[in-house]
Amino acid sequence: MAEGNRYKPFYSVLVLAFVCSAMVAGAAVGLRPLQEANKRLDQKKNILYAADLYDSSKSVDELFKNIETKVVELSTGNYISEKDISPADYNQVKAALNARLSNPLASGTDIARLGRLEKYSLVYLVKDGNAIQQVVLPVRGKGLWSTMYAYIALDKDFTTVRGISFYEHGETPGLGGEVENRKWQRSWQGKKVYNPDEKPVLGLVKGKATTGDNGQYQIDGLSGATLTSNGVSKLLEFWFGDYGFKPYLEKMKGGLDG
Amino acid sequence: MAETKYELLTRSIFKRNPIALLVLGVCSSLAVTGQMTTALVMAICVSLVVAFSSLTISIVRFQIPSTVRIGIQIMVIATMVILVDQFLKAFYFGLSKQLSIYVGLIITNCIVMGRAEGFAMSNPPIASFIDGIGNGLGYGFVLMFVSFFRELFGSGSLFGMQVLPLAGDGGWYIRNGLLVLPASAFFMIALLIWLMRTFDPSQQEK
Repeated sequence: MAEGNRYKPFYSVLVLAFVCSAMVAGAAVGLRPLQEANKRLDQKKNILYAADLYDSSKSVDELFKNIETKVVELSTGNYISEKDISPADYNQVKAALNARLSNPLASGTDIARLGRLEKYSLVYLVKDGNAIQQVVLPVRGKGLWSTMYAYIALDKDFTTVRGISFYEHGETPGLGGEVENRKWQRSWQGKKVYNPDEKPVLGLVKGKATTGDNGQYQIDGLSGATLTSNGVSKLLEFWFGDYGFKPYLEKMKGGLDG
Repeated sequence: MAETKYELLTRSIFKRNPIALLVLGVCSSLAVTGQMTTALVMAICVSLVVAFSSLTISIVRFQIPSTVRIGIQIMVIATMVILVDQFLKAFYFGLSKQLSIYVGLIITNCIVMGRAEGFAMSNPPIASFIDGIGNGLGYGFVLMFVSFFRELFGSGSLFGMQVLPLAGDGGWYIRNGLLVLPASAFFMIALLIWLMRTFDPSQQEK
């Protein structure tokens, strides 16, 4: 190894740093369109999973034809016109970090531990002709380690769960990571979010959901993952509460059409 | 080198296994062995990274000043890992989601740097490349061994397919919660090391 030139280490490190950063930057820029397309496709797939419409023999875009994306103001439950915020460009997770598009949550109300809440949310309306069949809502909340992201689909009564799909999380594989388990997700079908007093009471219980009247508001807890289970219950309570989609869902129940 | 190319490739699987003999790369083998699929993908990623970083380092080995060689090795390895990660995200999105942070952690996998410093710095490119693939295979062998038992007895499945019907889903098999946790890989690796050193006493430390 050449030891003669004392500047040589600097040269070699500099040259290598340039070569390496060029390769990394090239790959990151060159592959970004593909990666983002993958991400969008994955989110669409999860929306379809939640709505129980996924069919691997058909293309995602074809299945998505009956789904209309809209932007809703969370505090009032009103739709925002496409001219103000275009649903295709609106990035909800980024908006939550934007001071203009979000509000900080007071510690007492922030049960899903989000920190900030965006003012507007996307909603996905599954339609049959003009009639709304289902509405798919994006929800998220902290579990044990990570923020868990999911789509939850409600039937046209805006109370009965049609399905749920967790699509991003960093919980312990095999324990909290079981939120990904499709079998468990299917057990959500037919559960009710609101009780007759319009309170969001749906949540996970320790062990199995009971079979009695209360069973329709209960979902089997994830064994060995109490904190993840609590996180899922809290995120349901938050997103179906007054700060979440409750104003919107109440409007929908009142018969406001898309 | 005394070894032929074939020996270079195979010696790291049993005779000089990076995990079992050198006890390198244990950290990542705890994390990814809960399911066989993730273990397999991780093994392939590590093989690629070791092979190509060893190849690159071996090609430029006469240009690397010894004073900054570790830094340069890390830089090459980090570049390879980011490339692998970017490719996975672009072409195998589902897998990259499962592996999430673990791909990035290949940078800190001791095997990669161990081979760069221990072999590629003093051997020609082709031999270094083959040695890298061999070490990847050795790593993969341990990962498959550990994840086979962890997934079978921890989740009752193999490669995600249910083999033992779980009691939770109406079957008869009550899963072993310990094997789901990463720490259980310690026991599996220890058992494997014991087995390998019993069959091949030359691996025992005096």
